[in-house]
Amino acid sequence: MRETKLWTWHIFTGIVILVLLGIHMITMHLDGILGWFNPAGGEAIDWANIVARAKLLIIAILYIVLLAAALYHGLYGFRTILFELGPRQGIQKFINVLFWILGICLFVFGTWAALKFYIIAHAG
Amino acid sequence: MTRKLQKETDITFHIRRYNPDVDDKPHWQKFIVHVEPGMTVLDGLHQIRETQDASLSMRYSCRMGVCGSCGMLLNGRPALACNTQIFDIASKALTVASLPNFDIVKDLVPDLTPLFSKHISTYPYIVRDDADEMLNPTGEFFQSPDELTEYLQFTYCIKCGLCMAACPTMATDPNYLGPQPLAQSYRYTKDTRDDGFNLRKKVVGGSHGAFRCHYAGECSNVCPKGVDPARAIQLMKRELVLDYLKLRKHRTKSAILGKPEGVKRRPEIPEAPCFTKE
Amino acid sequence: MLQDKRCPNSIGVWGWLGGGRWGLERYLYTLHRLTGLGILLYFILHILVTSSRVFSEKAWETWMGVFSSPVFKIGEFLVYVAFAYHAINGIRLILIELGFSVGKAEEPIYPYKSSLNVQRPLMIVSIIVAAVLIAAGGYDFFALAH
Ligand code: SF4
Ligand code: FES
Repeated sequence: MRETKLWTWHIFTGIVILVLLGIHMITMHLDGILGWFNPAGGEAIDWANIVARAKLLIIAILYIVLLAAALYHGLYGFRTILFELGPRQGIQKFINVLFWILGICLFVFGTWAALKFYIIAHAG
Repeated sequence: MTRKLQKETDITFHIRRYNPDVDDKPHWQKFIVHVEPGMTVLDGLHQIRETQDASLSMRYSCRMGVCGSCGMLLNGRPALACNTQIFDIASKALTVASLPNFDIVKDLVPDLTPLFSKHISTYPYIVRDDADEMLNPTGEFFQSPDELTEYLQFTYCIKCGLCMAACPTMATDPNYLGPQPLAQSYRYTKDTRDDGFNLRKKVVGGSHGAFRCHYAGECSNVCPKGVDPARAIQLMKRELVLDYLKLRKHRTKSAILGKPEGVKRRPEIPEAPCFTKE
Repeated sequence: MLQDKRCPNSIGVWGWLGGGRWGLERYLYTLHRLTGLGILLYFILHILVTSSRVFSEKAWETWMGVFSSPVFKIGEFLVYVAFAYHAINGIRLILIELGFSVGKAEEPIYPYKSSLNVQRPLMIVSIIVAAVLIAAGGYDFFALAH
């Protein structure tokens, strides 16, 4: 039963990532072709462009949502692979706890960075 | 399939032998078999046993693809030995080994016990709460032909274990239920006479259940009866997810049709025998 | 009593890779795993590296300088390829695993057709879409040298 719950969320986050990371990838890698979201022109990763994008609150929010979804999706997927190697019950528990801690730490760090940069972009 | 007319010829059988009394590990042994068109792999193995090595062990009984005893790994692919023409898979040599993902008892005999115990763990029978009706039926349950088609395909399973041998998840996770038990759990869940989904979902939705399947699709490729376990597993996942989201439609289990009225038993038909099992 | 001695005969991790006479779907499954693992690794590094912008413009420019070398450029492109494949194949898997494209149960008639045949057109379309995305990305990465 628990697995049904976790897997349903895995699929749900997968769809969220599909949309958000799709936008992210188009911004970053099809910029030469499409040139979206690059107000300052030039490369998508030029400082001027990332500052311009970071001024939008929606971008910060979407980054945080994407971060949470991607961490969940990725770590659950990795857990699936590890579990299918048939580890003992104790190791399975350990993996569960470890991944939760890892996921939450990365999420907190990423969220802090996104919000901080939003503030920096507005200040500078 | 167009089959080339083959002339009789000698074919080398590479057989993976293992004798628990003397061997620590399986080893390969070569036999030359004179093959005529129409011979199945099982026929070839019989010939080896009769004319070359009487100690070769394999399991079979019906020799016509019905009992599911003779599953083996033929040229690296799980198949029924009695259902496979030698000339279909070999022109010079072929390899025969015990079904992988099952322990070897001896030579070509796999230990299918895990398959059966996992199968039983998914409640592969009609589960209802009206125990009285089940023991002393008053009529037959209603089921339409369309409702029958929804699960009929999955009833053809002969428990041969080929799907379990082909499954990549089974290759590493011995506790995974596997395609056969999961397909059967769907077969009973979909049966309109059944009401056991809430029991089954605990096993099938557990951490060794349906979600360990990622649709590599091998089980359906090798199944000798066209059961298509991969399809059943995906449909089972759908039921589980719908149930989790509380979107699963409630289904009333099929009604009991009353006994036909106003008819008399023909005198030459004897009474049904009484229960043989408590 | 049956003998207790059994010879273990599981294929092990090699079974994930397939190895010979398996269907295409099995290789797609393996590729889905590998790309997933690759993306996860990149993603975690990505969180750490891109957060450097918080510290200063210089930290950001230094990192981006490191990553503009050809080796990283190719590495980054591989991540893009992995993402394109994982995303498109992921759509196919979601449709399949939620039971939308495996077809209805039907009477098996020899030669058997299975759900694999039902999803095959979807599989072919998704491979083509993934290939187009990868080609477009490759054009952007390498041809539009910026
Ligand atoms: S589903 Fe097919 S391959 Fe699997 S045990 Fe049943 S008949 Fe054999
Ligand atoms: S001997 Fe019965 S299925 Fe092959």
